[in-house]
Amino acid sequence: MHALAKKRHHKAAPLLLVIALLALITAVGAFSAPSATATSEASADDVVAGEKLFAANCASCHGLDAEGQDGVAPSLVGVGAAAVDFQVGTGRMPMQASGPQAPAKPVQFSQDEINQLAAWVASLGAGPAIPTAEQVDAALGDPANGMEVFRTNCAMCHGSIGGGGALTQGKFAPSVLETTPEHIYEAMLTGPQSMPVFNDANITPEHKRDVIAYITAQHEGSPGGLSLGAIGPVSEGLWAWLVLLGLIIASTVWVGARSS
Amino acid sequence: MGAKVNSAAAGTANYVDERTSIGGFVKFFARKLFPDHWSFMLGEIALYAFIILLISGVFLTAFFVPSMTEVHYEGAYETMHGVAMTEAFASTLKTSFEVPGGLLIRQIHHWSALLFLAAIMTHMCRVFFTGAFRKPRELNWLIGFTLMILGLAAGFTGYSLPDDVLSGNGLRIIDGVIKGVPLIGTYISYWLFGGEYPGVDIIPRLFTAHVLLVPALILALIGLHLFLVFLHKHTQYPGGGKTHKNVVGLPLFPVYTAKAGGFFFVVFGIVALVASVFTINPVWNYGPYDPSPVSAGTQPDWYILFVDGALRLMPGWVFGLPMEWEIFGYTLSMNILLPAVIIPGLFFAIIALYPWIEAWATGDKGERHVLDRPRNVPVRTGIGVAMIVFYVILVIEGSNDIVANLFHLSLNDLTIFFQWAIFILPPLSFWITKRICMGLQRKDRELVLHGHESGTIVRHENGEYIEVHTPLNEQEVWLRVNYPNHKPLEIEPEYNDLGVRRKGYKWDRFKQKLSHFYYEERVEPVTWEEYQEALHHHEHGPSAQGKQEAAEAEQADDRLKEEWDKVESSQDSTK
Repeated sequence: MHALAKKRHHKAAPLLLVIALLALITAVGAFSAPSATATSEASADDVVAGEKLFAANCASCHGLDAEGQDGVAPSLVGVGAAAVDFQVGTGRMPMQASGPQAPAKPVQFSQDEINQLAAWVASLGAGPAIPTAEQVDAALGDPANGMEVFRTNCAMCHGSIGGGGALTQGKFAPSVLETTPEHIYEAMLTGPQSMPVFNDANITPEHKRDVIAYITAQHEGSPGGLSLGAIGPVSEGLWAWLVLLGLIIASTVWVGARSS
Repeated sequence: MGAKVNSAAAGTANYVDERTSIGGFVKFFARKLFPDHWSFMLGEIALYAFIILLISGVFLTAFFVPSMTEVHYEGAYETMHGVAMTEAFASTLKTSFEVPGGLLIRQIHHWSALLFLAAIMTHMCRVFFTGAFRKPRELNWLIGFTLMILGLAAGFTGYSLPDDVLSGNGLRIIDGVIKGVPLIGTYISYWLFGGEYPGVDIIPRLFTAHVLLVPALILALIGLHLFLVFLHKHTQYPGGGKTHKNVVGLPLFPVYTAKAGGFFFVVFGIVALVASVFTINPVWNYGPYDPSPVSAGTQPDWYILFVDGALRLMPGWVFGLPMEWEIFGYTLSMNILLPAVIIPGLFFAIIALYPWIEAWATGDKGERHVLDRPRNVPVRTGIGVAMIVFYVILVIEGSNDIVANLFHLSLNDLTIFFQWAIFILPPLSFWITKRICMGLQRKDRELVLHGHESGTIVRHENGEYIEVHTPLNEQEVWLRVNYPNHKPLEIEPEYNDLGVRRKGYKWDRFKQKLSHFYYEERVEPVTWEEYQEALHHHEHGPSAQGKQEAAEAEQADDRLKEEWDKVESSQDSTK
């Protein structure tokens, strides 16, 4: 591959590269059937288009061969389509600026383009696939079990119902309350950035769906009224001082105002 | 028209009076005078919050089961179905989701608990900054302080009752702090929890403390607190005609009875409004207690945050020195003891003893019923602000993860910042506050001596320009010159003429040093002579209008002089 990279400017290089990759894909497709079936919609055309998109938008950090650079960007060989769908689908990638972590931002690609990128990255090596609609269907999950799984595995960073929380050195666990079921599933599966990987042996696909059911159940809102950010007693205390005591002191000024 | 009603009422009143002699009390209380100011109602807010707590608390005890027996939830809340929990947690869910109005009452109860403590602390600040703790009110300050501590105890015991993950984490921290106390800590922990933490005894025990012990003590002390307010009579803000020997205000009945009664409903209304709009303590989010999980954003209610903050602030090593010491095989956890026991202990001790500390420095033995304007006691005001800054730093540090997340800051940097700030900001804010106070005092002097700037420039025949100043009226002058002008204590020498060392010299020396800290740097109030000189200096204008004003001013002067002499003589009597 290094020889190829050196001859990057050769006229025939892209063609050679495409041919070599097509051969590789065919080979990979033949040897890793399960992974390939999961991304069944991805056609060879998608892979080609994905590679072009990758070269134009991702390769400056991850390298044309997606093997990454030390201290700059990780290798994407074997991260799977799920990782691409999560990172690009939530706008985290392409990263806008270096910082403690890549925050979610407006998505820069259409879902078709994301799928093409995912297809190309998936073709580099076997990895977790984008989950099916059934795997992430909240209606099929058990929210009570999801609560227990979430509380044991997720709440220490994301907060009791997923409102988010701080990590070290400016990193943070984002709120998951607005995250789509697909992206929640993919995040658990691929462990983006500071997050650990919760593979299928750790949290089974059914339990992952229960977690999605629990988070989805939070969309109904708090039974007690406005949730004040669902971040616990600090915001409650702030409201007690500013709103509750504030309103009452305002009324003492009114009651205590001299009549004369 | 009202004669018939009145005679019926009088008949009933007479019947009761003949049997209880209550008439005397009614007359005593009804005729009691109270001065009018919004800041005198802060304590009232705390009282009303407590009444709301009692009323809503009675409702909650009807449904809460203080038991740690394990059950599997079968109630209305879907995301808890089949989950194992204690009866305490299950009954809290039942109160929230199945008892009609239960959630509203729970939220009213919790919001008024937060309000109770916030109102107590605001009230304490008012009393502190206006010097309302001075003789004869030192003991009532101490009672109020005890009420604040009992309020913390009531809040914390109540917060733990639902037996949810969040409050369980808080309880675990308290358990850790108790175990950190040398020698007796582990014994106290075992005694409190009936064995190893968490055990099955703690909820019933906290329940007894929360619904019986602590409220009974609070109620008794509130009675004593208010009785002393009646006995001492209320303090009043400085102003014309207000002295240490009178109270200018309106009688309790009917004006204040109506105002206070109405104000209770205002407070209750606002609490009910907030409780019906905003969720508080959503225990269904936290889940039933299990000692293993700790969620992000785990904090105590705001009034305990300062302890959490002190714990978060404390480094495990200070300049490479470990803060966990082993002495004769016993571990001494200074990293817990210092922030969670020693620092809060010292902080509270200073608050409790403050009236005496200031009395040592002042040497003031007289009764003080007219309040201070905070600017006229710059050192006290500075100390108060420094303590508030200290407290607020701990509260923010206790919320450091929330702050870091909200403002996209590094949690580590934030903590390092506060580790320095806790030593730098309180003294700095003391100094700045003191300077601001003295600046305001100088401004007051300036105003008394030169009057308000009128914005009018007059040009004399000889070409001289002068700016016309309007003299202050009597009330304005009075407010700015009538304050105790304390000076550093002068003490007798260490040795008498015969060269014998005087007993108690060291104690006097300490008081003198304290006194220098308080009063060495001061802005003296304008004296009568200075005032007169300034007035005559001002009478430039030979205009007719000026002459008339001067004549009027002279009349006012005679009255003012009388009052001035009174102030100066009353200050002398305090020595």
